[in-house]
Amino acid sequence: MKTAVRAALWVLFGLFFLFPLYAMADFSTQKLVEGGRTWQAWINLVTDDALYEAIVVSLLLALFTVVATLVILVPTMIWVRLRAPWARGAVEFFCLLPLTIPALVIVVGLRNVYLWVAYFLGESPLTLTFVYVVLVLPFAYRALDAALSSIDLQTLTEAARSLGAGWGTTILRVVVPNIWSGILSAAFISIAVVLGEYTIASLSGFETLQVQIVTIGKTDGPTSVAASLAVLLFGFVLLLVLSLVTRGRRRVQGVTA
Amino acid sequence: MPGGTPRRNRLTEALPLLPFFAVVVVFLVIPTVTVIANAFWDDTADGSFSFSRIGALFSPAALGALGSSVLLSASTAIIGAVLGAVLAWLIVSSPPTSMVRRSVISLCSVLAQFGGVALAFAFLATIGINGVLTVWVQEAFGWNLSGSGWLYSLAGLVLVYTYFQIPLMVIVFLPALEGLRAQWREAAISLGASGWQYFREVVVPLLTPAFLGSALLLFANAFAAYATAAALVSQGSPIVPLLIRSALTSEVVLGQSGFAYALALEMIVVVAVVMAAYNVLVRRTARWLR
Repeated sequence: MKTAVRAALWVLFGLFFLFPLYAMADFSTQKLVEGGRTWQAWINLVTDDALYEAIVVSLLLALFTVVATLVILVPTMIWVRLRAPWARGAVEFFCLLPLTIPALVIVVGLRNVYLWVAYFLGESPLTLTFVYVVLVLPFAYRALDAALSSIDLQTLTEAARSLGAGWGTTILRVVVPNIWSGILSAAFISIAVVLGEYTIASLSGFETLQVQIVTIGKTDGPTSVAASLAVLLFGFVLLLVLSLVTRGRRRVQGVTA
Repeated sequence: MPGGTPRRNRLTEALPLLPFFAVVVVFLVIPTVTVIANAFWDDTADGSFSFSRIGALFSPAALGALGSSVLLSASTAIIGAVLGAVLAWLIVSSPPTSMVRRSVISLCSVLAQFGGVALAFAFLATIGINGVLTVWVQEAFGWNLSGSGWLYSLAGLVLVYTYFQIPLMVIVFLPALEGLRAQWREAAISLGASGWQYFREVVVPLLTPAFLGSALLLFANAFAAYATAAALVSQGSPIVPLLIRSALTSEVVLGQSGFAYALALEMIVVVAVVMAAYNVLVRRTARWLR
């Protein structure tokens, strides 16, 4: 009886969650008017110039965001634990603040800031990197915090320092290899966030992947659906690999939006 | 940690923190303060404190959008919390290292946090005008699933939001469920409790704060969500996030950009109140969840 209920529930949830994904695969490969199958929508992902360009922009944004986030956050979090414990509460507060302040609110208040950014750095969509760093802070913070809590940071750094290593060497060659799983989590989750981000990019008028998907959707449904499915699958694979790589550590994905 | 740091060292201690705080201040604090300050600005007079923009929040259009947003967030929070808790229970009762469990959790993470636009297209491909399910049902029963375009109305948004609310519930509620120890069940059973009694007297009281807290988080999540609704509803602004979009993009209408600030402030207030309540409940859960 109990097993039957459980099996029935699995089937119902499975249908609800997997059917739309199946429908996307089906929809993106059918010829809407003549009937039959075609891979044209999937081929468009690389041959359509605007879409291809948007994919490149989004991938570059993901890369820049990950690098910038790690470069800013890792030394800060190490320093706060070792030398400036008085600032630890403030750092945590600001890292988790984006959970309470919606991206939509940030973009409304961002106009003046971006006038300055555009003035100094030009109007490249890659300037979105700065806002995206803020957006991924909660996820990156949690991943890195868990990793840093699981090692004896004080002893490690003191040992490295007393053997003559400078701060740069200590962080890069002693601490970072020990928190590798946290860094990987932070990086993967940040990539997924950036590739899926639409709110800020669209309302700031930059052509990222998600913005292109919506634009194309108005004229060419199958291509948009193919691109959407590709993004979802990519995110799924990324997180699945992450859960396999960091096996044993629980609640790696205990990130909340 | 040593408590009394000499003051002269504070500066050298604080210096390495500068890049972090610079980014956070410029790209998080300043935008937020801009929103709050501008919501109380007067654009007709020469820059003075006023409630005229806040007053616009009480216009029929703004109140209607707020009502719809609350309705949408509350209904999807309740549906998501209940169904998500059931799914989380299903996941917990499968072995922790199984591939099925990893896959389900990864899929939940993707749908809950990174779906956005893609989820709108998932439902367009399923029950849109030429959607796969629409065509099947049309051929089999002759019904038109996409009839009257309900997918683009509030009812459609409820359905699509459920698709990311249930997975979010799984992710935030799973740790609490995993925290229930097998010993507690054994203790209760060996003291003569039935399975139902154990559930009612032990599990429910323990999980209630976590459940309510997660439901609040779901509410805030739905209230602030923008991408899915924006991709699905291209015209009209039935909910607050879409009203902000139209206020931001149609600045030809006089005073509309000021309206966006007021609406954004409204969103900050709603989300902050809900998240504060969430934090209280989480702290309560944290007492036994270790």
